[in-house]
Amino acid sequence: MIEVVDLYKKFGRQEILKGVNLRIEKGQTFALIGGSGNGKSVLLKHIIGLMKPDKGSIMIGTEDITRLRGRRLRAIKDRLGIVFQFGALFDSLTIYENVAFPLKEKTKLSEAQIKEKVFKELEAVQLLEDRDKYPAQISGGMRKRVALARCLIMNPEIIFFDEPTTGLDPVIAKIIYNTIRSLQEKRRLTALIVSHEIPGIFQIVDRVAMLHGGKIISTGTPEEIQASTNPTVQKFLKGELE
Amino acid sequence: MFFFYPFKLIGGKVINFIRELGKMAIFLGSSLYSMLLPPYRPFRVTKQVYFIGVKTISVIVLTGLFTGMALTLQAYYVLITFGAESKLGAITSLSLIRELGPVISALMVIGRAGSALTAEIGIMRISEQIDALDSMALNPKNFLSVPNLIAGVISLPILNALFILMGIWGGYLVGVTLTGLSSGVYFGAISDSVQLQDLTLSLKKSLSFGLLFSWICCYKGYFADSGSGFGAEGVSKATTEAVVLSSVVILVCDYFITSILILT
Repeated sequence: MIEVVDLYKKFGRQEILKGVNLRIEKGQTFALIGGSGNGKSVLLKHIIGLMKPDKGSIMIGTEDITRLRGRRLRAIKDRLGIVFQFGALFDSLTIYENVAFPLKEKTKLSEAQIKEKVFKELEAVQLLEDRDKYPAQISGGMRKRVALARCLIMNPEIIFFDEPTTGLDPVIAKIIYNTIRSLQEKRRLTALIVSHEIPGIFQIVDRVAMLHGGKIISTGTPEEIQASTNPTVQKFLKGELE
Repeated sequence: MFFFYPFKLIGGKVINFIRELGKMAIFLGSSLYSMLLPPYRPFRVTKQVYFIGVKTISVIVLTGLFTGMALTLQAYYVLITFGAESKLGAITSLSLIRELGPVISALMVIGRAGSALTAEIGIMRISEQIDALDSMALNPKNFLSVPNLIAGVISLPILNALFILMGIWGGYLVGVTLTGLSSGVYFGAISDSVQLQDLTLSLKKSLSFGLLFSWICCYKGYFADSGSGFGAEGVSKATTEAVVLSSVVILVCDYFITSILILT
């Protein structure tokens, strides 16, 4: 379970988060939607422990990660997996090396065991043939799938996706959505997907929250959000929000 | 209000400068602390020693040789007017060991490896690769800056020694081969004048410069997105700042290290 309580963040004089409250239940696939520049990625970086808030708390299970440091924070991060917006793959490593990287750094598995696991994950995202290529030699969609494989190889309990389909063509976006959906069916992970891809994202999530003006203005199932009477939500869904 | 503007401007700059110094000190402190914690990365340290040290050898050989040659040529025409050309070896070797070796070798390493180091870490920062390391519960400082700090401290003294040797050989080529001074006189003056404390001074300087340059270059790359620019522009500015700042700091510190070690 993830619970964000009254979260505030300011950069200089610009207030990005102005008291965000959010609750994601275990095993739920949750979408955080909102226009560009509304602080979705900033909120995500707080939840995964990359940023510290000015005020508020973020509970992951029973631990408030805003107050944790060192070993205890690392123990929480070990339970999380993140697929960054542009993949954040190590550009000097091959696809295989990128996926093997967390295992090499964090486990004592033998080279043969690592190879077996990496091959399995690469096969799952249909990139086994491209394992010797470098990130610069593959497409944006492939990079996101490699990032997903790198993230899943450590069996995280909670997985975060930052704009998983932004900038991809509809066919690749559908592949990514299908991968996320089959992942949910097989592993029952808790997932938070940050996106502004409407209505595509509604097909794969259990609940949706909309972030606008530094606050969550609406939460509900995809159907509830689509039927929302909130004028800002309706404007966003119709693509009329500035 | 207009009257207070200069005070506000100067005050703001001073506060920013002090804040930056504090951030740099915290960065070094946390990097040194993470150096003590596992995992230890001998492979990455070796890789960085190769990048910073081995790949700079050709530059050091060339600059050392020509620095020694130019220095000896200049010194020869001054000494000959006093009939003191027998001291040529002493002047060349002491200048190289005490000052030119540590300073020029450090400046060469900054130009060749320091800028690349900042650019590499800066690109990792803007493409979220450092965030990816952090999100994997790995300490990015332990992964990125520690191997470079160790490699800088290992490589600089060796490159300094190589620079001095090449400089002395360059001095020999000019002093003995071109001007006809006896090689016995040249090397005799070196062995008479060079003391152990000169070599210790040179070693201490190059160790300090190794730490300084790798610290500044890693720091500038690590915070490439929080300086005066973003994206590619941020990396470009961070690289320039890293080269300029580490060169200036090394020249300033050279004076202070010399004064402290000579006075004590």
